Amino acid sequence: MKYINEYRKPSTIKKIAKEIHIAAEQIPHTVNLMEVCGTHTMTIGRFGIRQLLPQNIKLISGPGCPVCVAPDEYIDTAIALSDNTDTIIATFGDMVRVPGSFSSLEKEQAKGKDIRIVYSPLEALDIAKGNPLKKVVFLGVGFETTAPTVALVIKKASVSEIKNFLVLAGHKLITPAMEALLEDREVKIDGFICPGHVSAVIGAVPYKHLTNLFCVPCVIAGFEPVDILEAILLLIKNLSINSNSVEIQYKRAVKEDGNRKAQEAMEEVFDVVDSEWRGLGMIRESGLAIKKKYRDIDAKYGLPVKLRRSKSRSECICGDILKGKKIPPACKLFGKACTPENPIGPCMVSSEGSCAAYYKYGG
Amino acid sequence: MCLAIPMKVIKVINKETAAVESNGIVVKEVNIQFLDNVKTGDYLIIHAGFAIEKINKKEADKTLNIIKEMDGL
Ligand code: SF4
Repeated sequence: MKYINEYRKPSTIKKIAKEIHIAAEQIPHTVNLMEVCGTHTMTIGRFGIRQLLPQNIKLISGPGCPVCVAPDEYIDTAIALSDNTDTIIATFGDMVRVPGSFSSLEKEQAKGKDIRIVYSPLEALDIAKGNPLKKVVFLGVGFETTAPTVALVIKKASVSEIKNFLVLAGHKLITPAMEALLEDREVKIDGFICPGHVSAVIGAVPYKHLTNLFCVPCVIAGFEPVDILEAILLLIKNLSINSNSVEIQYKRAVKEDGNRKAQEAMEEVFDVVDSEWRGLGMIRESGLAIKKKYRDIDAKYGLPVKLRRSKSRSECICGDILKGKKIPPACKLFGKACTPENPIGPCMVSSEGSCAAYYKYGG
Repeated sequence: MCLAIPMKVIKVINKETAAVESNGIVVKEVNIQFLDNVKTGDYLIIHAGFAIEKINKKEADKTLNIIKEMDGL
């Protein structure tokens, strides 16, 4: 496959790994590099990248799995909305198995609630068109890659005849979460492997604020093993000369200023608000809420819900894993009570979750 | 949720939509409103049914050349 095979060649992988070993000799201490994005976590596991690295270079997984960071309250609200018999919930497939505080959408679906899996928010709009007597609520989760797509569909809906389409906004912004992790003194991060497709939208500029404030280098990386290894090499080289630059390794898809049209769609539809992240808590200006102008489409206002909550806290340590403080095998439930077939915490649900990646590919 | 594999445009249907394939197998219609000048043969990054970026051939070739040099070819 074009743009794939070239970046998976074993001989190239070996060469870059060797260069990483040479470059890492210049650094006398252990270096923690965080891959923020869940899709990177998957590549790292799948291609055994950790095993190729020198002892002093550690990769830690960050909070970049969108379903893993959705808080209980979001899931509970979606479930409460599904209680209304005139409501259809449309959601990305990953979301249905995420446990809320007392149930998951999948369990509710089994009880007969109308919960449908869609691949695109456009499909949710089509469902609304085809079911004019029902209200269709799309669960808007994801980072800056997904938010513009939902923004565009909200704009489309607002000028269309379709009046029964709503969105429960739960989008998150990645750089404020990275900043929160850097402020947390228990987590030591020396450099970031930044998400490729979030960056295709936001560009390199937002990371500059981070590098200036916290003196950590950032490299925006693609999703193939050669991409990730090249990004690691760039980070180590930068660290060895104390440079805090933001570099784009994934130049074939990421422009310095990102995708302006996608940014404009987001700015037009959403306001930046404080937002609750599972495991990380409330983070300032890290989420998106639908602007007043589009309130007719905002499920938060259009559909009142009564929340049921039961706080049976399990022993899941997803929070610490999302912060990079612990690795999945440190969880008592990992691989025993908690498996991808029977996930207890959100990090085991999505294939992008750290626990699921560890379970499938090992450390 | 993310699809890391670029898809090739086989037909631009209208200003909003293009048909894409991956490895000659999957054919899908995707929204292309976030991009300018999408043409047949372009490779697109697709997310949730939307093309969010076009693969820049020049930059891809540059990266490949660096890789090839490393490989000693
Ligand atoms: S293994 Fe399961 S229970 Fe343990 S941290 Fe991961 S998701 Fe939570």
